[in-house]
Amino acid sequence: MAEVKLMKGNEAFAEAAIRVGADAYFGYPITPQSEVIEYLMTAQPHLTTGMVVLQAESEVAAINMVYGAAGAGKKVLTSSSSPGISLKLEGISYMAGAELPAVILNVVRGGPGLGTIQPSQADYFQAVKGGGHGDYKMLVLAPSSVQEMADFVEDAFDAAFKYRNPVMILSDGVIGQMMEKVIFKEQKDRWTEKELIEINGSWATTGKTPDRERNVITSLDLDSHKMELHNHKLQAKYKQMEEEEVRYEEFMCDDADYIMVAYGSSARIAQKTLNKARAKGIKVGLLRPITLFPYPTKVIHKYTERGVKGFLSVEMSAGQMVEDVRLAVNGKAKVEHFGRNGGIIPSPTEVLDALENQIIK
Amino acid sequence: MTEELIIAGFGGQGVLSMGKILAYSGIMQDQEVSWMPSYGPEMRGGTANVTVIVSDERVSSPVLNEFDSAIILNQQSMDKFEEQVKPGGVLLYDPNGIINPPTRKDINIYTIEGSKLSREMGNTKTFNMIVFGAYLKIKPVVKLENVVLGLKKSLNERYHHLIPLNEDAIKMGQENVVSILEL
Repeated sequence: MAEVKLMKGNEAFAEAAIRVGADAYFGYPITPQSEVIEYLMTAQPHLTTGMVVLQAESEVAAINMVYGAAGAGKKVLTSSSSPGISLKLEGISYMAGAELPAVILNVVRGGPGLGTIQPSQADYFQAVKGGGHGDYKMLVLAPSSVQEMADFVEDAFDAAFKYRNPVMILSDGVIGQMMEKVIFKEQKDRWTEKELIEINGSWATTGKTPDRERNVITSLDLDSHKMELHNHKLQAKYKQMEEEEVRYEEFMCDDADYIMVAYGSSARIAQKTLNKARAKGIKVGLLRPITLFPYPTKVIHKYTERGVKGFLSVEMSAGQMVEDVRLAVNGKAKVEHFGRNGGIIPSPTEVLDALENQIIK
Repeated sequence: MTEELIIAGFGGQGVLSMGKILAYSGIMQDQEVSWMPSYGPEMRGGTANVTVIVSDERVSSPVLNEFDSAIILNQQSMDKFEEQVKPGGVLLYDPNGIINPPTRKDINIYTIEGSKLSREMGNTKTFNMIVFGAYLKIKPVVKLENVVLGLKKSLNERYHHLIPLNEDAIKMGQENVVSILEL
């Protein structure tokens, strides 16, 4: 049986990146995710799997290195925390436009601006609604445990290459910094040059051969008609994601009169609240969206059809995901937000008070 | 069984590593664990704390505002965490440097002279394991044999020759815990 390790979320992400057979990581340190690059530098995977690990001169440089490697069909990752992700957004929009696969981890800290180094979930809009310019979407996975920080690396790469699109893992300072048990999968080999050409040769810049046209990686087309068609193609991919990639976890939702909706570390806090509320005889459930885009809209809508009386969105923000809950509920039940800002983590009892005072009363 | 513990003191006292050894010990006996450190501004101000949960069930929130037990190793942490111990819970502290001892009457209070005993042992680095031993005497959440396995897991191999010293420190703590108030 695989060995059980005790690790920080950031370290688990880094180890999983090596094990999944990634070709490269480009990053720049920032609290609370610096353990990612520290772990990779210590592990020196260039000596074992051949994976390149490079500290770039800035976040902007790192994301453009990711663009280059992804354009060559490589499995490539980067990671940062909120202010650093803001710097990467131009590159992310370009990658969405040029249809490049990559995995981007955001270990969110409080903002705006340099904000604080403490945990936050205030980058929901940035991750889910675009962030960079243009009509693009990323598939967004929200881990709520150290095990998921590891497991989602492979899931993210699978989706990134399936859709040729950047995939974001939206974590936060709690999940990045905490240690929990984690079990890793076996080490996978990196793609050989031959395998890479077989898998990605139809689009990647793997070196032109006489039997095919040039593969061009660009997000630019000055012909608006062509650009509109390209946009339609992108939108069709996002639509397919909405149909095929929705993931969520339910806790005691079947008989619930009220439902809390929370992702990432807030979902862990809400689990504790759920236990406390159930002990008081309150019939409350918890829906944990695992994908934030695509969002489990239909699942929430079904609860309203079943007669759920109220929803509490719990997030470490001023109220961002609550908008998606409201859209799904569509006026059929009460929807409220509870959150703390600026790096303060809500306590399970605070969330219970909010449930009782904002929803049940 | 679920034990929700906060360990709080100065950076350098071994607060985080004490928590890590407890978490590893929990894993050694097949329990669920979480370890959540302070990494924010308070850490940069010299204080450090870590929340450790050891449970037979899946751990829900790794961040808490009330605790079954608190191990308090400086005055700032006493001021902050005394009130966060659940009624009937345990507060263990080292009286060294504590000007205002705990005043609550609804919790169990114990002391361990960790600083003094570690000096007597001739190695002040044994401090956190003496305190840990005292805690295990009050709350035997993990077995000593699993603590030894946990030490092996959490310490770099080049420090494994120090494990017997750590075991002695744990025993020293177990033997010297003083009960101040037991409900």
